[in-house]
Amino acid sequence: MNSYSTFGTALHRVAILCYVLFALFPLFWLLKVSVTPNDLLYSEGVRMWPSRMSFEHFRFVLAHSAFPVFFRNSMIVAGATAVIVTLLASLSGYALSRFTFRGKYWLVALMLLTQMFPLVMLVAPIFKMLSPLGLTNSLTGLVVVYTAFNIPFATFLMQSFFDGIPKELEEAAKIDGATQFMAFRQIVLPLTLPGIAATLGFVFTAAWSELLFALMLISGNSAATFPVGLLTFVSKFSVDFGQMMAAGVLALIPACLFFLFIQRYLVQGLTAGAVKG
Amino acid sequence: MVFDATAGFPESRRRSLVDRITRHAEPYLYTAPALILIVTIMLAPLVLGLSYAFRDVHLLNPFSGGYVGLDHFRTLYEDDNFYRALRNTLWWTGASVLLQFVFGLILALLLDRPFAGRAIAQALVFLPWAVPTFLTGLNWAWLFNPVIGPLPHWLYGLGLMSEPTNILSNPQLAMWGPIIANVWWGIPFFAITLLAALQAIPRDLYEAAAIDGAGAFRRFTSITLPFLAPTIAITVLLRTVWISNFADLIIVMTSGGPADRTQIVASYIFTQAFRALDFGYASAIALVLLVLLLAYSMLIVMLRQVLMDRA
Repeated sequence: MNSYSTFGTALHRVAILCYVLFALFPLFWLLKVSVTPNDLLYSEGVRMWPSRMSFEHFRFVLAHSAFPVFFRNSMIVAGATAVIVTLLASLSGYALSRFTFRGKYWLVALMLLTQMFPLVMLVAPIFKMLSPLGLTNSLTGLVVVYTAFNIPFATFLMQSFFDGIPKELEEAAKIDGATQFMAFRQIVLPLTLPGIAATLGFVFTAAWSELLFALMLISGNSAATFPVGLLTFVSKFSVDFGQMMAAGVLALIPACLFFLFIQRYLVQGLTAGAVKG
Repeated sequence: MVFDATAGFPESRRRSLVDRITRHAEPYLYTAPALILIVTIMLAPLVLGLSYAFRDVHLLNPFSGGYVGLDHFRTLYEDDNFYRALRNTLWWTGASVLLQFVFGLILALLLDRPFAGRAIAQALVFLPWAVPTFLTGLNWAWLFNPVIGPLPHWLYGLGLMSEPTNILSNPQLAMWGPIIANVWWGIPFFAITLLAALQAIPRDLYEAAAIDGAGAFRRFTSITLPFLAPTIAITVLLRTVWISNFADLIIVMTSGGPADRTQIVASYIFTQAFRALDFGYASAIALVLLVLLLAYSMLIVMLRQVLMDRA
């Protein structure tokens, strides 16, 4: 019995290790190629770590390419989307959590529906709608589109956080003469700060990663987001592997930071938006 | 002033009327911005897109826009690329969901057991979920590339490949590239959801079963699986819809090639809109995809009804 459980424990640790290696290996390889100097890139192709490290690719990407602009554009788009969505979703999530009102059922149904149908359907019509408004090839246009796409999921997420806060707190405040909105702003919101942080993180990550609508709506370099810029770079200079991967590492940084930020709320977030990635 | 009907009311009555109106309006005020955005940016384009399916809409042709009736659907009916995309969608979705689910379930079971360093292991294995999908696609495309990636050389070393080549340019194998990338990226989603469900199972059930002499396998099939079943069902069903619409990895890794062997319906729609700029035809395909997904959802709802009636 004892030897069996030791064997079981060993098997368990080995299995965990396999998963960790599988999860990290692609990212490790990205990092490895990005610090491999060009002259060793092919001669030491399958070595686990180059015999000599260099940051020349990072230097080139930061100083001589358009990637800092792409990075800034993506930061603006993802940051603005995250803030606006969180603001609007905390309002609508609060309404879903605290009020019963006519049409609530239909509102929830509509929001669930938007999570089910293929967004790729909207690529063409959204382009047609935004182009006369001058919102194609503009960061504002992307923010508007991403905000709408992320609101339903963020609303459900915020609702789940509000549901966890006892109603008695607001009722006490209202007896003291506060309006519902004052109670919401001064009592409930401060208590939901972790939830707000999680929502910011989820929406930021989603907006940072979005590719198809950015490809369709953005055509020039000046308004390109990071995914669009990187893909254009890849199709144009498909031999500069070191530079591409250095750019890839840069794209990874904000996503990883926000992941650390929201790690604790993953379960809540994924169950709130069970249909979202 | 003439219209001030409340003027005669005592102060307190008037306040309560205003109060009542605000109280009624309040939830609508909270939800209005979200609702307006959803209606203008998602619902309106959806309806517009449905109308494109019956019109000739070419981005670069200013004279396009006229109604063509069912022409797009007649073309679609004879479009071999579409049927291939449909078959590829089934293959892509089935393989991705199955592998993500199996490996996600195993991971959830492994993480359900306490061990030293669990928190850090958990953070590391869930990390792929945070990697942006375009980067996931590029990263795996590079790993499969014999010039820069190790995978072809390893497969060659193991004797699984006669020479180190890129499977993404091999029509027979290309679909495995995006599927593997998708599995890598999607395992955390299943693992997290299933782990949450696992941790909700009352522990004393296992103890009672162990006292009654149930072995580990028996406990798994009689306690764990029945408790997980609802979560598994809902996650797999929703994920199936989501993954069948998920074109990013394919667009990034193969753009549907080689020879359309990795084109799924969603990426075909995108290619028609983005490369061919044929918005009408793209919308017609989208409409068919929407109908298929609706049929699938209805089937699930009906299946659930049948199962519930039997239980």
